[in-house]
Amino acid sequence: MARVELDGVGKRYPNGFEAVQAFSIDIQPGEFIVLVGPSGCGKSTTLRMVAGLESITTGELRIDGRRVNEAAPKARDVAMVFQSYALYPHMTAFENMAFGLKLQKVPKADIEQRVRKVAEQLAISDLLDRKPKAMSGGQRQRIAIGRAIVRAPKVFLFDEPLSNLDAKLRLQMRVELSKLHRSLGATSLYVTHDQVEAMTLADRIVLLKGGVVQQIGAPLELYDRPDNTFVATFIGSPAMNLLTGERTAAGVTGAGFQVAFQGAGQVGQPVVLGVRPEHLRPVEAGAAVFSGTVEVVEPMGSESFVYCRHGEQLLVVRTKDAPPSPGALMHLAPEPGRLHLFDGATQGRLG
Amino acid sequence: MSAHEHTDPRPPVRWATHALLIVFTVGTLFPVLWVIKMALRPSQDFATGLNPLPTEFSLQNFADIVGDPLFGRQLLNSTVVSGVTTLVGVFLACTAAYAFSRFRFPGRRAGLAAFLVTQMFPGTMMMIPLYQLMDWLGLLDRMLGLVLVYSTTAIPFCVFMLKGYFDTIPKDLEESALMDGASQFTIFWRIILPLSRPAIAVTALFSFMTAWNEYILAATFMSDERAYTLPVRLQAFVGDYTTEWGHFAAGALIVSAPVMALFFALQKHLVGGLTSGGVKG
Ligand SMILES: Nc1ncnc2c1ncn2[C@@H]1O[C@H](COP(=O)(O)OP(=O)(O)OP(=O)(O)O)[C@@H](O)[C@H]1O
Ligand SMILES: [Mg+2]
Repeated sequence: MARVELDGVGKRYPNGFEAVQAFSIDIQPGEFIVLVGPSGCGKSTTLRMVAGLESITTGELRIDGRRVNEAAPKARDVAMVFQSYALYPHMTAFENMAFGLKLQKVPKADIEQRVRKVAEQLAISDLLDRKPKAMSGGQRQRIAIGRAIVRAPKVFLFDEPLSNLDAKLRLQMRVELSKLHRSLGATSLYVTHDQVEAMTLADRIVLLKGGVVQQIGAPLELYDRPDNTFVATFIGSPAMNLLTGERTAAGVTGAGFQVAFQGAGQVGQPVVLGVRPEHLRPVEAGAAVFSGTVEVVEPMGSESFVYCRHGEQLLVVRTKDAPPSPGALMHLAPEPGRLHLFDGATQGRLG
Repeated sequence: MSAHEHTDPRPPVRWATHALLIVFTVGTLFPVLWVIKMALRPSQDFATGLNPLPTEFSLQNFADIVGDPLFGRQLLNSTVVSGVTTLVGVFLACTAAYAFSRFRFPGRRAGLAAFLVTQMFPGTMMMIPLYQLMDWLGLLDRMLGLVLVYSTTAIPFCVFMLKGYFDTIPKDLEESALMDGASQFTIFWRIILPLSRPAIAVTALFSFMTAWNEYILAATFMSDERAYTLPVRLQAFVGDYTTEWGHFAAGALIVSAPVMALFFALQKHLVGGLTSGGVKG
């Protein structure tokens, strides 16, 4: 277990592209940090800088208080699980897992014992004599994870380890990773673009966009108090409804709606109003804030997503009740106290 | 014409393909069979007639060649020269190709281009300058001289061949090994080389054949009969006035035997697909 500090870490590639800018986070020993963001936002780059596979252009990286910017990967004592698994094709699963220990000159008997123990933990004991070629994707992924665990490194790095698995296997592996983390308690940095993985695995989520950190916080913190409209729409599915309008004394007024709102913002200020789909409730016509016709209904089983046309805007409503049929008129009002208000200019959170 | 044939024009195409392949196979095999026929005939005349199948079965020609007092010595020359050329060629080609494939350094492109350029000149063009060079270095009639010349001939091709193969090995594997604590040399030795067995086998075969079959340079540099390699010895059966065709044919078969043996020995390594399964996507 180790503390990992990124202090204004930035990466500029030789072609001049700024992939990551001023990334700062203090990761506590045993913490599970998930990096999320759209494709190309610099998640892998950040991970590879921590791994030592990519040089750090600016800032400082410290592991257990020691600066490791210039340290070679093997001096950092971190292990990485690659999206492609990257198992050595000419070695058996056992040899794959033992490779790192062998290089560290760990006695043979110890290697044997450690590999067997981890294999048992991951339920891959009967695969140890097989080569990667003779394994399924899920089995290879387990071996790759086992190879990282067996070295008992200070820090675990995962780069989209589950993205090559089918949906069912991914869910299963996600649960197992979660259990594994609880039993190992190792500091982990996990990259994904799957927000469900992020929400379920993370102690804290880091949301990146274009190489810039948007928000760092516990999953529900990002969900309940997004720092800006990007975070608001990225976390949560279906995404938060955003409506542009203007701050008035009583609340917010926009195209075809008026809603009461207390607190932040100055009268006359352009704002963006955010409402999560589950915080929009069908109401009587008299109490309606938004009214519109239902365009699409997506039944999910336990709940339904209803897409309702309000002027220019398509509002998403999440409801557990029997959904209206398309074409029906729907009257909606947000739950009081569940509104998000963002600055219309900066897109930053007002309240 | 049946409806089936009408809608499916493939069988005629297939027959044509087979016919063409048969013609080429016969064309390739015919001279080989002829050589075998000549080798098995006790006489030394040139075999004529269309029938390529042996009609007599005598091992006299083989016995004559193997019985030659210098044969053992010349076989040893050929073996040592070819073996050392293969070792030197493969070792240097592997290391050079890895550097060209994985590292970016000044002169990389120029180096690759230079290798290509050397391949554009026919070997005979280099004969006279090479002879002078060998003379200055005192390497005429020495096996070391041939090894040097053959290695430099084989290496450019081998480097290209191996570089192409190394390029296909995913970078993830090396990074994974780096994370496991491997040094650059360990990665090369324990990851890259084992994975490149098919390409190395081809390279080795090529280097060996380059050295084993080469005649012109060997004949130029080696004037002492005791320094001959087998192809040079073989050529001596072809005289200005008479040619011992039987001995020549038997010798040719003896010389080609090791190459064939090597080919079969390496065959299982020549099969690709060794890297499959390591990385996904
Ligand atoms: N070697 C490089 N040279 C220049 N630019 C690069 C290099 N590697 C990556 N980039 C750029 O840096 C940005 C971040 O890349 P990175 O691989 O970190 O993205 P990512 O967040 O992991 O995306 P994904 O989810 O698609 O894996 C991308 O825009 C990419 O094009
Ligand atoms: Mg990535």
